[in-house]
Amino acid sequence: MAAVVIFAYLGTLAWSVRLSFSSSKLLPRNDFIGIAQYLTLFDTPRWLTSLGNLVIIAFFFLVICFILGTLLAIFIDQNVRAESLFRTVFLYPYAMSFVVAGLIWQWILNPEFGIQQTMRSFGFSGFVLDWVVNPKMVLYAIIMATVWHGSGLVMALLLAGLRGIDGEIWKATRIDGIPTWRVYLQVILPMLRPMIITSLVLLSISIIKMYDVVVAMTNGGPGTASEVPAKFIMDNLFERANIGLATAASTVMLITVMFIMAPVLYFQYFRKSGSSS
Amino acid sequence: MGMKQMVAVSAIALAAATGFAKAEEPLNAEVIHWWTSGGESAAIAVFADAFNAAGGKWVDNAVAGGSAARSAAINRIIGGDPSTAALFNTSRQYHEIIGEGLLNDIDAVATKNNWDKVLPAPIANAVKVDGKYYAAPVNIHMPLWIWYSVAALNKAGIDKPPETMEQFVADLDKLKAAGITPLALGGQRWQENSLFSAMLTNVGGAKLWKSVYGDKDEAAIRSPEFRKVVETFVSLKPYVDQGSPGRNWNDTTALLIKNEAGFQVMGDWAKGEFKQAKKEIGKDYGCIPGLRPDSPYVLGGDVFVFPKTDNAEQVKAQHLLVEIMTSPEVQVKFNNLKGSIPIRSDVDVSSLDACAQLGMKIMSDPARQVPDASQMMEEFMYGSVQDIVTELWNTPMTVDQAIDRFDKALKG
Repeated sequence: MAAVVIFAYLGTLAWSVRLSFSSSKLLPRNDFIGIAQYLTLFDTPRWLTSLGNLVIIAFFFLVICFILGTLLAIFIDQNVRAESLFRTVFLYPYAMSFVVAGLIWQWILNPEFGIQQTMRSFGFSGFVLDWVVNPKMVLYAIIMATVWHGSGLVMALLLAGLRGIDGEIWKATRIDGIPTWRVYLQVILPMLRPMIITSLVLLSISIIKMYDVVVAMTNGGPGTASEVPAKFIMDNLFERANIGLATAASTVMLITVMFIMAPVLYFQYFRKSGSSS
Repeated sequence: MGMKQMVAVSAIALAAATGFAKAEEPLNAEVIHWWTSGGESAAIAVFADAFNAAGGKWVDNAVAGGSAARSAAINRIIGGDPSTAALFNTSRQYHEIIGEGLLNDIDAVATKNNWDKVLPAPIANAVKVDGKYYAAPVNIHMPLWIWYSVAALNKAGIDKPPETMEQFVADLDKLKAAGITPLALGGQRWQENSLFSAMLTNVGGAKLWKSVYGDKDEAAIRSPEFRKVVETFVSLKPYVDQGSPGRNWNDTTALLIKNEAGFQVMGDWAKGEFKQAKKEIGKDYGCIPGLRPDSPYVLGGDVFVFPKTDNAEQVKAQHLLVEIMTSPEVQVKFNNLKGSIPIRSDVDVSSLDACAQLGMKIMSDPARQVPDASQMMEEFMYGSVQDIVTELWNTPMTVDQAIDRFDKALKG
């Protein structure tokens, strides 16, 4: 078991980090050129664009997904009728592959045969919805698709948490006459902290790895307006025969993921008194 | 036990189990390629049939997508279990593998068939490294043809196709006035790059093409001629329809087939789309090789490389493949299906279509032959160039900024 972990995971990880210090182009080379690839990387406009896009996408995606997912969970928690139907419907997008989600949204937003065309055929000749083909709006089109895809997961996790809340707490707050929204905000949600952290970590990692949805929706376009780091890595690895630069970029992403994971791991392993895993 | 021994042992075990002796086999040739579309697979079947008829056994290994197929071929080479042959573009994609000594040269066949004489110089330079031939070119694609829809031009009152850049722009205006999309473009990086290349060859000319992309000469990049190329490219933006971003090239060609658009800059593979739609050259659509009397003919295309092996049978199979693929009859038959033109000047052109014949005629003048951009720079550099072009097309980048970025990217 330990051998598998060391070789299959850490070994491959170490090797790709090692390659980022080499001059590898098409084939892996074993020379050492210091941090030249990293200097080139941060001098590449497309990489900087990708990073900027990632920050924008991650911020909006996390905030909207979390708020929407929480609201959906709370809504379902009100003992609505046909609850299982709602649960299924909200979680369905998450069960769908990102490629399919990206394609569907691309069709919906395509000005030639999507919503824009449909509205115009109804007589709204001035109707414009050109997000996918507009460099200024394309990121929001992608955020829309990813939110649609990801909020179901937040809902499912938080709903599970809400179901675990002791009924006594609700009774106590009702006796005190506290409005429901305040109970959720100040009592219930803080109790759901583990669920919230889990869902945020899952969402963050899915955003950093985000590749297929962009390829399916815009392929990084128009121009480089919707390029993301994972796509930069894949393109340089396969199309541009630039292994050294690609591994440097993936090392940067690895460090980013570690920064996200570090506080979580810290909470899990060091703050828990007496528990060890 | 290393990977190689494992493969060897399992191969022996398999051979023992199935109980056949390898020596009695016909010449097996496993070929990795990415020709999976209708016209492409019909074209490669020409090679397979001819090879089988010559006493070989073609083992087809089609991988969808160019970069995936090339990665598969390279991984097999590195893993010590190479295929007999693999498809690459006529470019620098395979030069590093040659440098590492991982390919067999095919000098014996090339010398026998006098390749130095029959191949156009840019193609020969792309497959000849350190004085030896390492790849077999099988076709020549000219990526920068200008296609037009006859009906769309007629509707806009254009009586004959443009011959100069000025006429071309005037025709775009006429089409626009007639409510037809003047320029059909798929807004993908490589298509935008084709349009830019067409401006560089037609506005700039052969000399500028070679000095900017070949010599990476700063004086040429900063010259008024190159500035004019960038300005002309940017000035084409208003002639493209709103649905352009992300559109595939074949969906874009369909706009010409439906007479909804006037012109498209695309390689000669676009003919396949017109043919499938039962359209005829001259009647429904036409092809313009360039917009100046001396417009350069860019030579792109495909080659097969032959991974290193000491197995005498495999070497024999490799040489037979080269012989078959480059023989005149197979060349004509294959290229007719592929939409490209034969690599040799000594073939019978009578069965080629009008556009291909025109291409052959232009190509017979060595002064007009120029190498494809991918033959003049490494993939990573060409990638950076394409990034600049796509940003230039899709953002309000200024001409000065673009020129600075070209200069920096071409310094490497």
